[in-house]
This record gives sequence, C-alpha cells and structure tokens, in this order.
Amino acid sequence: MGEMLNIAFISGLIGATMRMATPIIFATLGEILAERSGVLNLGIEGIMLMGAMTGFLVTFASGSIWLGVLAAAVVGMLLGLLMAFLAVNLGLSQHVSGLGITLFATGLAMFIYRLHFGSPTVPPIIQPFKQITLPVLSKIPLIGPGLFTQYSLTYIAWLLIPVMSILLYKTKIGLKIRTVGENPVVADTVGVNVILTRTLCLVAGGALMGIGGSFLTLAHQNMFLIDVIGGRGWVAIAMVIFGNWDPFKGTLGALIFGFLDGLQLRLQGMGIAISFHVFLMIPYLLTIIALIGVSRRAAVPASLLKPYRREEKGG
Amino acid sequence: MISFRIVKREPLPGWAKVVIPIAAIIVTLILSAIPILIAGGHLWKSYYYLFYGALGTRFNLLETFVKSSPLLLTGLAVAFAFRAKFWNIGAEGQLLAGALTATALGVSLGGVPQPLVLPIIIIAGFVAGGIWASIPALLKTKLKVDDVVSTLLLNYVMIHIMGALLFGPLQQPGSSWPRSSAIIKAACYPILLARSRFHMGILLSLFAVFVIWFINKKTTFGYRSKAVGVNVRAAHFGGINTTSVILWTALISGGLAGLAGVGELCAIQYRLIMDISPGYGYSGIVIAMLGNLHPVGVLFSSLFFSVIIVGAQTMSRMTGVPTYIAEVIQGMALMVMLIFLLFTEYKIRLMRK
Repeated sequence: MGEMLNIAFISGLIGATMRMATPIIFATLGEILAERSGVLNLGIEGIMLMGAMTGFLVTFASGSIWLGVLAAAVVGMLLGLLMAFLAVNLGLSQHVSGLGITLFATGLAMFIYRLHFGSPTVPPIIQPFKQITLPVLSKIPLIGPGLFTQYSLTYIAWLLIPVMSILLYKTKIGLKIRTVGENPVVADTVGVNVILTRTLCLVAGGALMGIGGSFLTLAHQNMFLIDVIGGRGWVAIAMVIFGNWDPFKGTLGALIFGFLDGLQLRLQGMGIAISFHVFLMIPYLLTIIALIGVSRRAAVPASLLKPYRREEKGG
Repeated sequence: MISFRIVKREPLPGWAKVVIPIAAIIVTLILSAIPILIAGGHLWKSYYYLFYGALGTRFNLLETFVKSSPLLLTGLAVAFAFRAKFWNIGAEGQLLAGALTATALGVSLGGVPQPLVLPIIIIAGFVAGGIWASIPALLKTKLKVDDVVSTLLLNYVMIHIMGALLFGPLQQPGSSWPRSSAIIKAACYPILLARSRFHMGILLSLFAVFVIWFINKKTTFGYRSKAVGVNVRAAHFGGINTTSVILWTALISGGLAGLAGVGELCAIQYRLIMDISPGYGYSGIVIAMLGNLHPVGVLFSSLFFSVIIVGAQTMSRMTGVPTYIAEVIQGMALMVMLIFLLFTEYKIRLMRK
C-alpha cells in the first residue's frame, strides 16, 4: 500500500512539475529571444496577464480553445511591438518601458475583463484543454504516466526548447540575432538591420509570453483570476539569467520552479500543519538563491539595455 | 518614403521641466478617451465625474489627499532609489513590511506609555521597510544579483510572509479570515479634520518631501547618491564608497515605502488584511517617473494620480466605466511621460529616403 502511494505520488509530482513549468518555459524562451537581441523585456508579466485574459475571453466567446491560444499570441505580439516602438525605435530606457508595458497591460487586462463580465459572484468558466496520453511512452514505468499525460501546450513547449536552441545557434537568423545583441555596430556594418531584428525578436517573444499566460487560464485553470500570473513573468526573467541566456539551461530552471510549485501543491494537500503560504514562498526564495549562485559568472549579452542609434554621431 | 531619425538637441531651458510633465498629463487624459469610449462611457460626463469625484466636494477633496499619502511615499521611495540607479521595484513588498511591523506592534504595545506608541511604530515601520530593501541592495553590491529581479521576487516573498502570519500568529483570535486584531487606540494616527479621514500621516508624507529634497540638494550623501546614479564607475574612481551609498539609498527608499504601509494600517484599515495595498508600490514607479524623480515633482504627480484613482470611483458609479480605468491611465501616463522625456534630450527629424 505504501509503495503504491509512493508511485502515485512520484508520478503525480512529475506530471505537476511538467504542468507548472509550462508557462515559465514559454515565457523564458520568449524572454531569451528578446534579450539575445539586446532588449530586456520587463513587459513580460503584463503580457502574460493579457495573454491569459485574452485567451480566456476569446475561448469563452467562441468556444474554441485554440482560437483563444491564437488570440493570446496575437495580443502578445502587439504588446511586443509596443515594447519595440518604445525601447528600440525610440531607444527609451528598457527598464521603464517594460515596466510601463506591464502596468498598462495589467490595467488593460482587468479593465477588459470587468467590462465584459462585470463582477459576477461566481467567476465564469470555460471548458479547458484535456490532457493527452501519448501511447507507448506513457507506459514507461514510474516516469511515463507523469511525463506523457499532458496538455498539448506542454508538449509544444518541450518541442520549442530544441527549436529555439537550433534557431539561435545553428541558423543564419540566430547568428544575426546574437550579433545584434552582442555588437549592433558590427551587425549594422555587415548589413543586418538592427532595429528590425530587435523588433521581430520582441514580437515573436511576445507571442510566446502571451501563449505562456494563456496556458494558465486554458489548461491549468478554467477561469481568469486577477492574480493568475502571480509573478511567473518575473520568475522567467530570473530563469533567463539562471540559464545564462541558453534555452536548455533556462528551461532547466523552469523545471526546478515547476517542481517546487508542484511539490508545494502536494504538500498543502497532505495537511501538514505549516501555512500554505510558506510553501508558496519557497519557489520565489529559491529563485533568488539560485541567482546568487550564477550572477557572478553571468554572460550577459553585451548590448543588453543599450539602445542603438545609428545616427547619433550625425547630430 | 519618409523615415525619421532621432538626433540630439541643445539642452532645453528650465521651464521645460515643468511644462513636459503637464503636457504628458494632458496627452494621457486625451488618450484615456479611447478606453472610456470603448467602455461605452459618455465622454464629457466621464471626465466631469472623474474630476468631480476627486475634487467636487469637501469630503471628496479630502479623500484625494488621503489617497495621495501612500502614493507620495512610494513615489518618493522609487524616485530616491532610481536617482541612484538602484532599480527598486520592490516598494510594494517594503510597504507590506512596514504595515506588518506596525500591526505586530500596534496590537501588542498596550503596556507602553501612550505618547511613545506612535513614534515607536513609525520608526519601526521605517526600519522594517528599509531592511527589506537593503537585502536586494546587498545582493546587488556584494553578489552582483540583478536588483530589478530580486526586488520584484521579494515582493512575492513578503506577500507570503504576510499570509503565513495572518493565518498564524497575527490572526485575530476566533476569526477564520486572514486578518489581524484591531490595533490599540494609541497606535492610530490622529484624524486632523472632523468628518473626514484626513490624518497625521498626510503631514508626515509632506514632511518626507522636504527631507528628501534636503538630502538631495543640501547633503554630501545626496550628491554621492546622484553621482552613483550618473556613473557608478566614475563615482567609484572618484573615491565614493558606492556599496555604502547604494545600501543607504536602499534603506531610505525602503523606509519611505514602509511608512506608506504604516499609514495605511494606522490611519485607514486599523487592522492588517491581505489586500492592504492595491499596488501602491507599483504606482510609485509611475509617480516617480512623472515627477521626474524630483521630490516636488513627485508631490504633484502623486496628487494627480490620487485624483485619477479617487475620481475613477465616482466615474465608474455614474457611467459604468470600470474603475480599472485608473490602472490603464497609470500605465499610459508612464509611457507617455517616457516619450516626452526623450524630447528633452533629442528631437525627431523627418527625412525623405
């Protein structure tokens, strides 16, 4: 009996780890793309919330979850474009531009939700994604059921990790992106459009952030709550640093966070006499501790935070 | 095809520093018409109720001052930190640290002579906020941990510390809600004007404006703090102990945010609840930027956003536009101000290709 419980516990924990890591993986990959091109996007938290809200709203209205995911991606792209206008075209402070996007998008998400649904006593719900059990793979003992009974968005997130890695390190586009992020003057000299490259990275990254947010309202939960993102965007920013701007290492961090998040849910359920708030705190605390470990040797893209103005010397 | 270039311009005269934030406010208010119209609000009516709700009656006007107090303190907190390029996005957590400390003392200082209670609480709340802010400052200076990320993450840590205490030692006996007992009478800020909530903390926050102005303009520390903000490396080679400057900047910044928490607890709520702050710490970022990081500028911009937040209540009641319009306006104001600030240093030149 004890052993059965343990297997169920481990399998459940593996499944929860994968689930809870999914939104962070999307967001981390989106942020890596932006930062590799030289732009820190602190709009991430707000973009994720807008993605979560839009995805929910469109699914509620249309009945199609995938349409909701698409809408979340589009909204993420639009906000990425706004970020690009501020931080790339105008070359404004990336810190403040990003925080502006987050504040604006957070306000907008709550505003639109309230406008559409009013303040109902019971929050409206949608029919969320169903988990898909992969044949054969899910039969692997111990780890199979947890790893391979997941939402389609989780499988997509896992496929995106190598895709992003190949894009960045093995393709011409990736070389351009990295050069723009390391040395935009060199990139410009060899004919790479710095402004356009950064804009596209922010737009594509925004789409990933939006989708990551929508996972929380379309799969993890079936409703929209104002604190649904709960700092996961900031955690993703931390994971990018933790992972040294590398897709694989960054998602490793996301997995650890997902594991802790999944663990705290389970420990809460076991009725341990410690406030669940203590468990909720642990992932954030460990994220900070993880940053302490890596920050001294962090390989920051050399032109991160630096706006590029080709004409500056022209006067 | 027409494209544009951004080129440096000659420094603008001093009056621009006043005109630019005002222009940013006007543009933001014009842009606010878009969400108002989308929400189906009658445009002129909405603007009318926005300002009437904040300024129209004695009570509303005093409420606007009441609301401006925490906004002013968090705005000063962020401005003081940003001036030294210490990216303190953690005013929200520091505010909660102040409120939490004030609660712990406010329910337990019954045996202390009454006139001492409030001074103890105010000082302790300041210190608590300051200590909470000094953690990311230490992480930044000693271990090179990015301050944006650490201050943000610490906000969530503090929320959960508060939650754990409100479900634990600080929970009101017999209550199943996450709320504390009421603080003792001697711990409450005196109300200064009858039939209102106009309290002592408002004067305290005005005093803080003076103190920060004084530190910035009249002390060596203020000069050093600014030097670190302009160029940390040059400041270091110029013989300034940058680690100590950043740490003290963080202590003062966090302390101011802590005072905002003390005020909300001892003058408004009288007991700790989970949503004691509707995001004052984050609003502080907008207020600091719109105030150009100058204490007097922060004073005026906190009053402006207080008008928006208080007025949005009436506007929402009368026209059905959700109160979250206030948050949307704050976000827009930050971006508009940022764009306007660009034009103090640069101009846009249109050109044909």
